[in-house]
Amino acid sequence: MAENNRAVLKLKEKFSASIIDVVEFRGEVTVTVAKESIIEILSFLKQSLQYNLLTDLTAVDYLGKKEERFMMVYLLYSIPNKDRLRIKTPVTEADCRIPTATQVWKTANWLEREVYDLFGITFDGHPDLRRILMADDWVGHPLRKDYPLQGPDREPYKGRLS
Amino acid sequence: MATTETMTLNMGPQHPSTHGVLRLVLELDGEVIVKVTPHIGFLHRGVEKLSEHRTYHQILPLTDRLDYLAPMSNNLGYILAVEKLMAVDVPERAETIRVIMNELTRLESHLVWLACHALDIGAMTVFIYAFRERETVMEIYELISGARMTSNYFRVGGLSQDVPDEFVKKVSDFIDSMPGYLDQYEGLLTTNPIWLKRTVGNGVISAEDAIEIGLTGPALRGSGVDWDLRRDNPYSGYDKYQFKVPTGENCDTFDRYKVRLIEMREACKIVRQGLDKLKPGPVLADFPQVCYPPKESVYNSIEGLIHHFKIASEGFAAPVGEVYQGVEAPKGELGYYIVSDGGNKPERLRIRPPSFVNLQAIEQMSVGSMIADLVAVIGTLDIVLGEIDR
Repeated sequence: MAENNRAVLKLKEKFSASIIDVVEFRGEVTVTVAKESIIEILSFLKQSLQYNLLTDLTAVDYLGKKEERFMMVYLLYSIPNKDRLRIKTPVTEADCRIPTATQVWKTANWLEREVYDLFGITFDGHPDLRRILMADDWVGHPLRKDYPLQGPDREPYKGRLS
Repeated sequence: MATTETMTLNMGPQHPSTHGVLRLVLELDGEVIVKVTPHIGFLHRGVEKLSEHRTYHQILPLTDRLDYLAPMSNNLGYILAVEKLMAVDVPERAETIRVIMNELTRLESHLVWLACHALDIGAMTVFIYAFRERETVMEIYELISGARMTSNYFRVGGLSQDVPDEFVKKVSDFIDSMPGYLDQYEGLLTTNPIWLKRTVGNGVISAEDAIEIGLTGPALRGSGVDWDLRRDNPYSGYDKYQFKVPTGENCDTFDRYKVRLIEMREACKIVRQGLDKLKPGPVLADFPQVCYPPKESVYNSIEGLIHHFKIASEGFAAPVGEVYQGVEAPKGELGYYIVSDGGNKPERLRIRPPSFVNLQAIEQMSVGSMIADLVAVIGTLDIVLGEIDR
């Protein structure tokens, strides 16, 4: 159960005020925390609980489905203990920024650039925040839900004509 | 008084040794690299965006176009993530064939890596030899799926079809001859003084740095970290196979070369164990809400046809939730993270590409060395741009 997860126990003990939600689904534990303490929590998980590998860092756009539009997702892995943990934190559209995790893991550098490029979330303190997949002069953030699939200024696809 | 200044040199995106459309902007002091700035995205096709507009079955053909040198590993990662989301159990025969194909894919991907890596450094014969063996794997691909590269062979719940009768003999002959071929490559390279001069001490990255920058797969094991998802977080029944996980000691290009060659020998052993395990049985789970019906029933009964039509056009609704599945692809940890909002399309599909994260280490591994050594570093990282740019 999620309550007995080693990380969840420690997090509840140390950061009980910041934890918004703990969910277990298909054996995977997800902890949602407040944005203000995200870096503190990630550093704690890395230093004290041996989650030494940042597997992935990404975002999800919940346009029109949740009050806070974006959800940042950190997928952590512990090579010594061979277990995974998912940390999430909500980011609002009005305040579309979050502190960078690059000082915790160097891996975060490119992954955060990708989130910045495709979702338009700004990472405060990032050493090199440029677009990475799209061209430097691109306008818009393609993975946002309100960005059209066909790209800007193009007729939406209406199916085959024949 | 003499002054020195650095020179900026553009390398790529059209450059044979960048393995695709990778552009590097180099800052050079003479021939020594001071700074490397990779520019990627030339092959960006928006696979993650496209996936949000397709049903779960329709996403599958997009995945084998990511790492097109190891299509089946990409298929497997995605399929396992969907199966985890839907809680589908896969029949044993299908699982065994998946493992066999996955290991053949590892052989194929490593053969291309070896061929190109050696060619970059100047050993052309290995290129010709390795592509000869790769052709056999391509033929096996064609035999079972009809396509040489974009296989699209796995299905949620099993396989698209059972393997033909000649499959076992063809695979068996191939893995019997493979160790001999590997000896041949090693005879050309492992003790070759030019190869040693170019690879020993090149692209050194310590185990701590490698974990910090997020390296996975053979690149991480070359730095001495004993970690392999197939053994440590087994999937597809990998816990029932015996295999060794090789690690390096000197964290350099030569050790990563040795790790990959041992991995190829181990892959042959896993395929052999898989062939021994192969028993007749169904290859698709009996889970009509999610899986396609068997082809015979589609062609011969109206119920089967309706079932097929419903699954193909409308797909299936997934429960609300999110799953992540990582697999040990030839290039490192390949992960699929699916967020479902209860519909028949994912709310978000995130692909964790091993090459993208591994490429980040290029600067750390090449600053201070010569331009020619950078070419060896690109080769040893074993990147494929289809996966980096998605």
